[in-house]
Amino acid sequence: MANAEKAAPKFELDRSVVVPQLVGKQEDFLFIGGLAGTAKDLAAITNDGANYYGMAGAMGAAVAMGLGLALARPDKRVFVATGDGELLMNVGALATASIMNPPNLRILCVDNGHYGETGYQLSHTSQGVDLEQMAIGAGIKSTMTVETQDQIAAGARMLRESNGTCFVLLRVKPEDGPKFKRDMDPASTRVRFLQAMKAKA
Amino acid sequence: MEATTEDRWQKVVYDTLKKNGVTIFSYVPDAGHRMAIDLSLADPDVHSVALTTEEEGVALAAGAHLGGAKSALLMQSSGLGNCINFFSMITGGKFPFLTILSMRGDYGEGNPWQMGMGKAVRPILDAMGFVTVEITQKDEVERAIDAACTMAFQSGEAVAVLLTQKLIGAKKF
Repeated sequence: MANAEKAAPKFELDRSVVVPQLVGKQEDFLFIGGLAGTAKDLAAITNDGANYYGMAGAMGAAVAMGLGLALARPDKRVFVATGDGELLMNVGALATASIMNPPNLRILCVDNGHYGETGYQLSHTSQGVDLEQMAIGAGIKSTMTVETQDQIAAGARMLRESNGTCFVLLRVKPEDGPKFKRDMDPASTRVRFLQAMKAKA
Repeated sequence: MEATTEDRWQKVVYDTLKKNGVTIFSYVPDAGHRMAIDLSLADPDVHSVALTTEEEGVALAAGAHLGGAKSALLMQSSGLGNCINFFSMITGGKFPFLTILSMRGDYGEGNPWQMGMGKAVRPILDAMGFVTVEITQKDEVERAIDAACTMAFQSGEAVAVLLTQKLIGAKKF
């Protein structure tokens, strides 16, 4: 299907409601959050917990960081949440994740079509760029787009049960996510994460 | 994997990293790392991760550390420029980090396109708070990589090992 014939993307869902629905029981995952919106989404879901490492800089690092964690801990489900702007900055990381294809890596891109943190400038995904298609092109076998209510259950199932690296594109309204005051110290949150991993080992 | 006399030191790089517990090797290919890359690909006990850009390897190393694994990023020195912003996470987060750079734009370089980054490597590493270890002789390789691993994985430093063009030779143009 040519691009022009495709249905227009729907940026209608509320991230504060749908991201928690896609995650489900948060204790079952280790989380890596990209900077800005998705870091807050995950901080709110985990109550800034020790199974979560969220960034406030290093834009574009989330997918590769999740890949490293997934390779190091094949016994855990690793859940990366990243935004459209962050993923676009390092979209090649999808190709790297794809060829490694760790079965425990799941990637959620929360796409609001904008650079929300810097004043809601339009991102490329509001102008015809489809990040699920880029994930498919990168070779990721399990992908889907969630943009309507009736797709949420299937998205949650893929993120929970996929036995291979999967990619879910969640299109949401261009609005801020949950307001959550999280620990933004990259060193103390690193130590917190490591200590929790050791305590459970 | 057979090493010729000329590239036996490259096998020492790999063997020394592995002896120090590195289980995740990431790289953008370069001739100076050819042997280490091939050995990692053939080794069932390690992950060998081909990157699309060097900065992915910085984030990958941080994620591997969170999972308790040691990793090494193998790259040409020109790739250092692609990594700079991600180094802020390494130093700000006090992540142990090890990269092995095969130098270009260094001693005897004949390609003017390589000189700009070559000259910038040491100032960049200094600016980003790295410990830098330079290797110029084949018989220094094992001791230098051991020292770098100790500073990275025991002292928790960001460490760059430079395989200088005195060691690897300059490509002919």
